[in-house]
Amino acid sequence: MDLWIVSMALFVVSSLLGGLNYISTILNLRTKGMSMTRLPLTIWAMFFTAVLGVLSFPVLLSGLILLLFDRNLGTSFYLSDIVVNGEILPNEGGSAILFQHLFWFLGHPEVYIILLPAMGMVSEILSVNSRKPIFGYMAMLGSLFAITILAFLVWAHHMFVTGLNPFLGSIFVLLTLLIAVPSAIKVFNWLTTLWRGNIRFTPATLFAIGFVSLFISGGLTGIFLGNSTIDIHLHDTMFVVAHFHIVMGVASFFGMFAGVYHWFPKMFGRYLNSTLGYIHFWVTMIGSYLIFWPMHYQGLAGIPRRYLDKRGWVSFNDFPELDKMITIVSIIVFAMQLMFVFNFIYSIFKGRKVTSTNPWGANTLEWTTPIRPGHGNWPGEIPEVHRWPYDYSKDGREFIPQTEPIGENESKH
Amino acid sequence: MQTFFIVAILGLGFLITFQIAKASEYVAVLRGEEKARKQTNKVNAFMLLAFLIIGMIGVYYCNEKLKGKILGEPASDHGILVDRMLYITIALTGIVFVITQICLFWFAYKYQESDKRKAYYYPHNNKLELIWTVIPAITLTVLVGFGIFYWYKITGKAPENAMIVEVTGKQFGWEFRYPGKDGVLGKKYFKNVSPEKNNPAGQLWEDKYNHDDVFMEQEMHLVVNKPVKLVINAKDVIHDVGLAHFRMKMDAVPGTPTTMWFTPTFTTKQMIEKTGKPDFVYEISCDQMCGKGHYSMRGVIVVETQEEFDAWLAAKKPQYLVANPDKDPAAVKTDTLNKVAAVIN
Repeated sequence: MDLWIVSMALFVVSSLLGGLNYISTILNLRTKGMSMTRLPLTIWAMFFTAVLGVLSFPVLLSGLILLLFDRNLGTSFYLSDIVVNGEILPNEGGSAILFQHLFWFLGHPEVYIILLPAMGMVSEILSVNSRKPIFGYMAMLGSLFAITILAFLVWAHHMFVTGLNPFLGSIFVLLTLLIAVPSAIKVFNWLTTLWRGNIRFTPATLFAIGFVSLFISGGLTGIFLGNSTIDIHLHDTMFVVAHFHIVMGVASFFGMFAGVYHWFPKMFGRYLNSTLGYIHFWVTMIGSYLIFWPMHYQGLAGIPRRYLDKRGWVSFNDFPELDKMITIVSIIVFAMQLMFVFNFIYSIFKGRKVTSTNPWGANTLEWTTPIRPGHGNWPGEIPEVHRWPYDYSKDGREFIPQTEPIGENESKH
Repeated sequence: MQTFFIVAILGLGFLITFQIAKASEYVAVLRGEEKARKQTNKVNAFMLLAFLIIGMIGVYYCNEKLKGKILGEPASDHGILVDRMLYITIALTGIVFVITQICLFWFAYKYQESDKRKAYYYPHNNKLELIWTVIPAITLTVLVGFGIFYWYKITGKAPENAMIVEVTGKQFGWEFRYPGKDGVLGKKYFKNVSPEKNNPAGQLWEDKYNHDDVFMEQEMHLVVNKPVKLVINAKDVIHDVGLAHFRMKMDAVPGTPTTMWFTPTFTTKQMIEKTGKPDFVYEISCDQMCGKGHYSMRGVIVVETQEEFDAWLAAKKPQYLVANPDKDPAAVKTDTLNKVAAVIN
């Protein structure tokens, strides 16, 4: 346990340094012409993620240091009135809930630390592959910003039933449900980006579409749990397991997979095997819904999470077949992920070779580098940027890279 | 043996899938990559549409199959509020879910790549953005309004006539203390906890209020239609008093007592009839991960009429007398009788 705390501390320090690096790079090392509003949304998402991490991780670190003190130096930050196995601990006056506050003050922003990069990548990939600009760039940016701010103000919705003051609880209900507004804006903008596009279904596109579907499903169940009245019944049940696995687990993974399939040719100069990619997507997509959708019902029935055996109960013993089905499907889906790992490693060495610098016809800068970029990315001068990254299908041209100067007769966006 | 078979089957599946995937790449090269790509595009677009339709049927099927196993009628006054809030939310989010999922997969299918179509350059529209900012905001205001209204009703002050029961969670079971005739729980201090001295709750015997407090484990009795206020403690780690049928839940935190109150509206016997389960009991589940035996931390609640409850409680001996047998008038009486008997003999 002490080793775990120390390793967590090291992890916090490394993510802080990494976050500072992202922030300073994005603010200071943009190429000529790359104003903040010409940044691809992926970069914006990484920026906000780094800000979230830098501001919330130190709180976890302080919480962990207090924990270390409690364990080794006889302090009582978290301990009071404890009798374990007949042994009476001397500690008095601490509060176990304090640790929950410190943990969730990181813990909730952490959810968005995981989710925001996925949102950024999905925005980019949907735009590139539907051959359309991302709809509402500024609204996308604004909603990212709003989510970042609100992420700090909702942590106590994990603690509605800890004996929290009901008035405080009601404030957190308001702030938590408020976060659904920027999330809704993002979903509607993604839908409009697909609308009247000319969509190419690369594995990356499919994973991006899967992300949006899962984000809708998991986001909507968040409205149940963020409402303290319903949370009284659903707190710590299988409903929570279903909700956060869909929205934070599977959806973020889908964003990450989309990113990997999309940028793999840039990373290694070879493609991932796309047939395996399609199989990977369909098995994971169908499997995830099969695993997590019925879990909502178990949660509504009040089945607590983390129960390894429910046979001793009268109330929770109604779903043995369902549990069996979920177990089998999750083994299959997990095996499929091993297949992805295999595809990843195999394709680094044996994948189909990339033959053009810009295989997806994308506008962003990374696709102007050579297929195998050397040190410094570009062999000569660093390119200058003249426009935003989303000029797809504009004025009859399929795509106009960011490095191309604005033409005389070009229409404005 | 079984494990070996599973591993072997998975390995074989792996190999076959991989060979197919590799072969498909060669086939694509032979047939012309562009043509093969367009073919795959069509297949995937169709699959997305199929996923939508089969998925929606699946959602309906899942609901038909499982809806009988969830919830049931709530067994407390607060449970009715929780369920009402739940149904309002299900209705609103259900509509959004269906509309957005249909749009997503339908657009994906409809606007699949085609040589005939050019993508439409449509970077923004402030009016649309405004619409889908305001509509969710209004919907959520409604949900927040109802939510907070019910929340205050549920977490508000317990009625004056509420009976009080102290619930204490420990690894891995439940302890209960009834305040006795005086209706007040006596003081306790955790350093006094001593099962050997018959004082498992750590009661202070100097406190008069403790003298009629009744202590018991695993089974709690409540009176139907009478509000009850639970004072919740934990001995070792954080536990949680989860009452699925009453739709109530509250953490048990060491060092910080918490409370919740509700009114049970059906007796255990009535619930046996309602659910059709002959072995039905109200169960207390620990809903907060508390260690190895978490899954088995079960308590039982019996809801009964006032007469049944009074008879049950009257048969229990206050813990004060269990811990201090010399103070027990009944015991002293028997003792004296024995002595008298000895003398006579």
